[in-house]
Amino acid sequence: MTNSNPAIEVVGLTKSYGDHSVLTGVDLTVPQGTVYALLGPNGAGKTTIVNILSTLLTPGDGEIRVAGFDVRREPAGVRAAIGVTGQFSAIDELLTGTENLRLMADLAHLDRASATNAVTMMLERFDLVDAADRRAQTYSGGMKRRLDLAMTLITRPRLIFLDEPTSGLDPRSRRDLWAIVREQVADGVTVLLTTQYLEEADQLADRIGVLDGGRLVAEGTAAQLKRRVPGGHVSVQFRDVAGLASAAAAHPDATTDAEALTLQVPNDGSIAGLRRVLDGLDDNDVAGLTVESVDLDDVFLALTGHPAEAPTSQESPA
Amino acid sequence: MNTTYTVRDSATMLRRNLLHIRRYPSLSIMLVAQPILFLLLFVYVFGGTLGAGLPGVDGAAGGGNRGDYLVFITPGILIMTVASVALGTAIATATDMTTGIIARFRTMNIARVSVLTGHVLGAVIKTGFAVVIVAAFAFLLGFRSDAGLLGWLGAIGLLILIAFSLTWLTVGMGLAADSVETASNTPLFLVMLPFISSGFVPTDAMPAGLRLFAENQPFTPMIDTLRALVTGADPGSDLWLAIGWCVLISLLGYLWSRQLFLRVPAK
Repeated sequence: MTNSNPAIEVVGLTKSYGDHSVLTGVDLTVPQGTVYALLGPNGAGKTTIVNILSTLLTPGDGEIRVAGFDVRREPAGVRAAIGVTGQFSAIDELLTGTENLRLMADLAHLDRASATNAVTMMLERFDLVDAADRRAQTYSGGMKRRLDLAMTLITRPRLIFLDEPTSGLDPRSRRDLWAIVREQVADGVTVLLTTQYLEEADQLADRIGVLDGGRLVAEGTAAQLKRRVPGGHVSVQFRDVAGLASAAAAHPDATTDAEALTLQVPNDGSIAGLRRVLDGLDDNDVAGLTVESVDLDDVFLALTGHPAEAPTSQESPA
Repeated sequence: MNTTYTVRDSATMLRRNLLHIRRYPSLSIMLVAQPILFLLLFVYVFGGTLGAGLPGVDGAAGGGNRGDYLVFITPGILIMTVASVALGTAIATATDMTTGIIARFRTMNIARVSVLTGHVLGAVIKTGFAVVIVAAFAFLLGFRSDAGLLGWLGAIGLLILIAFSLTWLTVGMGLAADSVETASNTPLFLVMLPFISSGFVPTDAMPAGLRLFAENQPFTPMIDTLRALVTGADPGSDLWLAIGWCVLISLLGYLWSRQLFLRVPAK
């Protein structure tokens, strides 16, 4: 694989189970060293894509190359390059944290000394030293997820798949995990992650693909996607009609509510956008101010025409 | 994937399975308890009567007592122990397949079959322990043997071979089962089959149809060979028949398991 090749190249990927189409033609390119987030509700096909790219599932149609290897013809090449942390914990619950990590190091064919070093390093980095000799079945959800990720990273893959890595985690564990992902990216690792949370995609991803009903309905940076969504705005409440009128004149795209004395100015959630609104305001005129940010529901409503509700079909297991 | 990695990965997976056996011994204890119960039941409840039905030195009936019967059924009980542990392996394999770490193994560049060889080798070692415990019980009850060192080594070798073949078969059953419950039921016939063999009564005593089956099913040459080896007799052609069956069952079980495990699922 040369450096100019993308880490992931997918053209026209389809997948169906009998009459039920799960993926209906997905095109996806992820350059090396970048983070790509697949955003979508349950059942959108996120896990199916990850499973196909990680050779767990046979694709229907389409050209799929991962780390330069064809997933159908050269699965061993793909497997040598990737690391996967799935939605469901992929740890051996009967083994201790140390034993789980050692298992991965041995399967990566590290020599004895390197394996021992790598295990120690991972236990320290993932804050599992105290729990190292306890069976993984006694770990908390956050600890299991950390061990899971440590097992993925101990083999030093160049490309990692994270399938809903933070679902079910508390906010602190989520932030810890984000920090780990950022470290990997700083080392040049490519990341494909799936998530239901726009904030997570926003925090981590260089590009975001919005998946709905088995196809990508939109793709772009977080800022680009948010601009396409009308949900975000700054709502300013004024003390009197005069203040409202002068502000309304300065923002022709804003919606005026004369009775409530409020002005809703569309906003993309950026600091610069917010500053533009604030700069035009006089302190004495303003009674209150709220920033309504865009969330996943807004993105979905705008891009797909329907809310991101729990779908009728389940995310396919595998 | 080269051979070095296949051996190395299998050793790694064996270590994993040995840790499992150590951490979760209750299943193993249950599997050893069953043949011991059968041994006690057959020797002390039926043994007096059945012993009298054993062929004597000259081939005539009425040749034995309870002690002779113990010697007669011990080989069958030992092979039942092997089958019983193999049943546990089907359950262990099916359970393992439901865990997330198997999906992880499938995304790794390892010799995939090592996941299975780890189970098989672990199970063979476990069978060794189980057989030693049951054999010790038989000795405790009064089993004595005229066999020499060669006979005992042959018996150990045969038991390992039988364990290996039955385990490959039950690993396949564990993989083919759609649930752990199914996996615990399918291999039950392996524990029952020794009853319809030369293990508990001489096949001469059975009605014609059953006798035909009993004399030609794989457990009969295995049990006859083991009986000959542990009593210091010459197993004759039964030895080759027993080895042939083991090789055949191992091969079919291996190919079946491998095919089940290596296939990339379509769903």
